[in-house]
Amino acid sequence: MVDQAALESDQPLLTAKSLGKSFGRIAACRDVSFALYPGEVLAIVGESGSGKSTLLQMLSGQLAPSAGHVSYRMRDGVTRDLTTLGEAERRFLFRTDWGFVHQDPAQGLRMAVSAGANVGERLMAVGWNHYGRIRDTASDWLSRVEIDVARIDDAPRTYSGGMRQRLQIARNLVTEPRLVFMDEPTGGLDVSVQARLLDLVRSLVAELHLAVIIVTHDLAVARLLSHRVMVMKGGRVIETGLTDQVLDDPREPYTQLLVSSILPP
Amino acid sequence: MNAPAYNFAYLDEQTKRMIRRAILKAIAIPGYQVPFASREMPMPYGWGTGGVQVTAAILGPEDVLKVIDQGSDDTTNAISIRKFFAKTAGVATTTATNEATVIQTRHRIPETALHENQVLVYQVPIPEPLRFLEPRETETRRMHALAEYGLMHVKLYEDIARFGHIATAYAYPVKVNARYVMDPSPTPKFDNPKMDNCPALQLFGAGREKRIYAIPPYTQVVSLDFEDHPFEPYRFNAPCALCGAENSYLDEIVTDDKGGRMFVCSDTDYCEGRQATGHHGSLSAAPYKEKAHG
Repeated sequence: MVDQAALESDQPLLTAKSLGKSFGRIAACRDVSFALYPGEVLAIVGESGSGKSTLLQMLSGQLAPSAGHVSYRMRDGVTRDLTTLGEAERRFLFRTDWGFVHQDPAQGLRMAVSAGANVGERLMAVGWNHYGRIRDTASDWLSRVEIDVARIDDAPRTYSGGMRQRLQIARNLVTEPRLVFMDEPTGGLDVSVQARLLDLVRSLVAELHLAVIIVTHDLAVARLLSHRVMVMKGGRVIETGLTDQVLDDPREPYTQLLVSSILPP
Repeated sequence: MNAPAYNFAYLDEQTKRMIRRAILKAIAIPGYQVPFASREMPMPYGWGTGGVQVTAAILGPEDVLKVIDQGSDDTTNAISIRKFFAKTAGVATTTATNEATVIQTRHRIPETALHENQVLVYQVPIPEPLRFLEPRETETRRMHALAEYGLMHVKLYEDIARFGHIATAYAYPVKVNARYVMDPSPTPKFDNPKMDNCPALQLFGAGREKRIYAIPPYTQVVSLDFEDHPFEPYRFNAPCALCGAENSYLDEIVTDDKGGRMFVCSDTDYCEGRQATGHHGSLSAAPYKEKAHG
């Protein structure tokens, strides 16, 4: 499953170097380093409170790290430290080259405006000024995430949980980002809807050659989607490696516990 | 009347200086909402407390004041504000657009073209054009600072998706001097083109929201739109029933309970001016003697 061509040929897209974050005396995250390559899917797994979400927020530039730094290779090929980006640049990056899929779709969507406008918002934010083209692109994306195009003018609050999540994905992917952050994208969905969503994400990732950092406590999600896995506990990365390797042959006792706690299929 | 109990134009001089500083800043940054320490005025919020404070701050003894409310010189709001300044500042008042040097307005721009020696003061209820799209004030300020106006088009997109055309008929968002997106106060979008490259200074005061903003003379003001759904001013497709004007903004007046209605100019001064020079419409009465304003 590992995209060898991308791993070998390219430079890393995003690099984290000894990242740490402490809130007062509590160290939420300590000494995390890794590199993410284009087209690669990295899963960050661990129990609640292990520092996954803090790490994700630092990686996506929403939270300033207390130690270390994150650098990102921009579309123009220049690698830059996220902390040196101005707010305007960071926000621009966030709505063009990046995507962020929240666990709760209400955080990532505008619940009161139509699905079409939700998908079109990023396009309008980067200066698209032609209603017809925005709408065509929006309906194209709705069908790609398997939402009935007839519902383009309905507000997402009339959508089911699974549809909202798929809409959120469409909204993020419309500007063809290279890197998408996902925070428990399948949380709160029932199993069949989860399966469908994972299937969709997997095909989109392959099709668009997306790099994804996905935070999840669900090892099944990690196994289905990711090429590499990072296991976190108490704010540290305790084990990292190829997904199959980590999940089939876990070395750390904690990882062994995690793996053994999933019900066999 | 006894000795005046109030300072000239009601507000004390320090307050006027504070407001003038805000106005100067607003003129320097066209379309930018400048916070100011709005005062309690002897009228309720929503009746033009912002406009009144701006007017009070710029009014001089030589000024001639005109006040309109929805285009009309003789509604309660217009009359009471006009009387307020006649009493507290002793300035001359008028209903003729041409003669006025300061025009305070609620929701209209006069039909008669403005000239360089005039200041148009708008009463603004909600100065933030992004208000109903983004509830957080901190966020809207940031969006203005970074000129992130994609959201404004989301509103227009929603209009077209729902109604087939841009249905926003008033408070139609404009971009001032190619930088700030501004709410032109609830004027009908018919009036938007008049803001562009206007020779008069335009000041906007929002009393409850404590904001002042401005369009300096001869500033570019562009109504937002889509390439395939361009901005179109809206007007009822009828001539004025009293003066026959074909190009003025019309009010619809219901005349009976059987669907009868008439369309008349919302700008009363413009309409009366035309009638005085012999224009008449389908419902004009015989020449009418009484002077309209006292």
